[in-house]
Amino acid sequence: MADLRIENLSMTFSLPNGSKIEALKDVSLTIGDGEIVSVLGPSGCGKTTLLNILAGFLAPTEGSVRLGDKPVTGPDRSRGMVFQQGALFEWMSVAKNVGFGPRMAGRKRAEIDSRVDALLDTVGLQGFGDKAVYELSGGMQQRVALARCLANDPEVILMDEPLGALDALTREKMQGLVLKLWKDTGKTIVLITHSVEEALLLGERLIVMAPRPGRIHAEYRLPFAEKGVGEDLRAIKRLPEFSARRDEILEMIWEMEEEIMGRSEVAT
Amino acid sequence: MTLLAIYVALLALIWALTAFLSLRIRQRDGFTTRKTVTFGDESAVRPSRVASVASVLVIFLIWGAFTGSAWTFIHAPAEWQMRPIWLPPPENVWHRLISIANDGYRNFTLWEHLSISIWRVLAGFFLGALVGIPLGFAMGLNNFLRGWFDPIVEFMRPVPPLALIPLVIIWFGIDEKAKIILLFLAALWIMAIAARAGVAGVALSKVHAAYSLGASKAQILRHVIVPNALPEIFTGARVAMGVCWGTVVAAELVAAEKGAGFTIMVASRFMQTDIVLMGIILIGIIGYSIDMAMRTAERFLVPWKGRG
Repeated sequence: MADLRIENLSMTFSLPNGSKIEALKDVSLTIGDGEIVSVLGPSGCGKTTLLNILAGFLAPTEGSVRLGDKPVTGPDRSRGMVFQQGALFEWMSVAKNVGFGPRMAGRKRAEIDSRVDALLDTVGLQGFGDKAVYELSGGMQQRVALARCLANDPEVILMDEPLGALDALTREKMQGLVLKLWKDTGKTIVLITHSVEEALLLGERLIVMAPRPGRIHAEYRLPFAEKGVGEDLRAIKRLPEFSARRDEILEMIWEMEEEIMGRSEVAT
Repeated sequence: MTLLAIYVALLALIWALTAFLSLRIRQRDGFTTRKTVTFGDESAVRPSRVASVASVLVIFLIWGAFTGSAWTFIHAPAEWQMRPIWLPPPENVWHRLISIANDGYRNFTLWEHLSISIWRVLAGFFLGALVGIPLGFAMGLNNFLRGWFDPIVEFMRPVPPLALIPLVIIWFGIDEKAKIILLFLAALWIMAIAARAGVAGVALSKVHAAYSLGASKAQILRHVIVPNALPEIFTGARVAMGVCWGTVVAAELVAAEKGAGFTIMVASRFMQTDIVLMGIILIGIIGYSIDMAMRTAERFLVPWKGRG
């Protein structure tokens, strides 16, 4: 098991009209083995770019990412992804989706089957293996996505707004599930979200990013994820220190948004 | 003009009649029947089966009434009756169908005429798909091949296959090979474009997910890109089958010694209008059946269509 080291990462895009966008500028961060880190920020702050670089889908213009002593140069099975939605293979049953990684690796059928059964149990989908994924609700589909990712036993799980498309009630349940999976498997998890509450609940560490250029603006160590495992997340949300943090971060993001608005008004 | 007036009058009459009757007979109590807004809500518009049946009956009624048919009870006045050489009564067409089905026409049985046309379509379509689908995939996956084939495909796409008939005859003559090449060309571009669209339609997150799960390029092609493109390819195949069926009939009109199109072309030379009508009706039925078969196959083979 290994740390995920992000060193002096910069990402600059050129636009067709000749101007340049600095999606990321000099971002450095080390994520320890087994940590759960949430990344928050207004749109355009480069958080999705950062995640894509961690996954290996994008090559940064400067800097590097290393998982342990291996540099990240492309996607591979050491870093699993969970997307917002629509990333399941709808031509496969639920069980085939979950077993996709091991099947591609050429594992034995019996081994895959028992692994898939165990994972469906873990995410609360026992008995749904033969269903088509499009017969499932949005929340259940995300459970399948989580199980599919775990089936491959990655070292790091990267989540790109995994609960973003769910309704508030389902979302709350799924937050509990993410915490449970984190505790049970001991995986390193990096989670991107728009929701301040979610970032506070699911991050042992919370990174707030700022836009133009995309950079790390603030960093917090939080007790809520540890406390929240197996607990009622609503009770945690009612803690005074939780609301204090939430207000502080909302204020911070609000100011960033104001600044962007102000700047673009000047520009036009 | 009179004909049109009669047709519209019958339509209005039957419409009024069914509206009156359906007031008496309560509709099944479904969700749609509780909708108060149906004008403008397309999903609430269901084809009335009664109207469909009546529509077909009305066509036969008018056809029979103006041709002095023994099948219809009403007949138009004698001065409005059509001569059989312009429009034979429906029973003539039916009797022709029976006699040709039994005795054949121009050295071949009816079944031989129809099956040769169907065989040409299937062979041409199959070859077109065999080349077109990999071509479309290549164009969807590789910069160079996309650039190389783009001008060819984009140029050939708007050329109607019928416009190729003269050239195909000059190059390949009028035998079986020439017809299959023509249909191959008709299906090729449609299938290539459908496959290319299928590749373009794959959600990037699915491909990304597959790479993160450790799949190789070949595995991604086989397990993600191909199944994801199948619904699009099926839609293309339906279009291609329709175009091929139209093209084969046209090609047989121009030059052939058997086939559905050949039958009506020869019959028209001898003013055998009943055979021409029979041919047109059979061509329509076969074309419709092909489309239905494709739809059924689609439901079974790609049940995930539109569910992504």
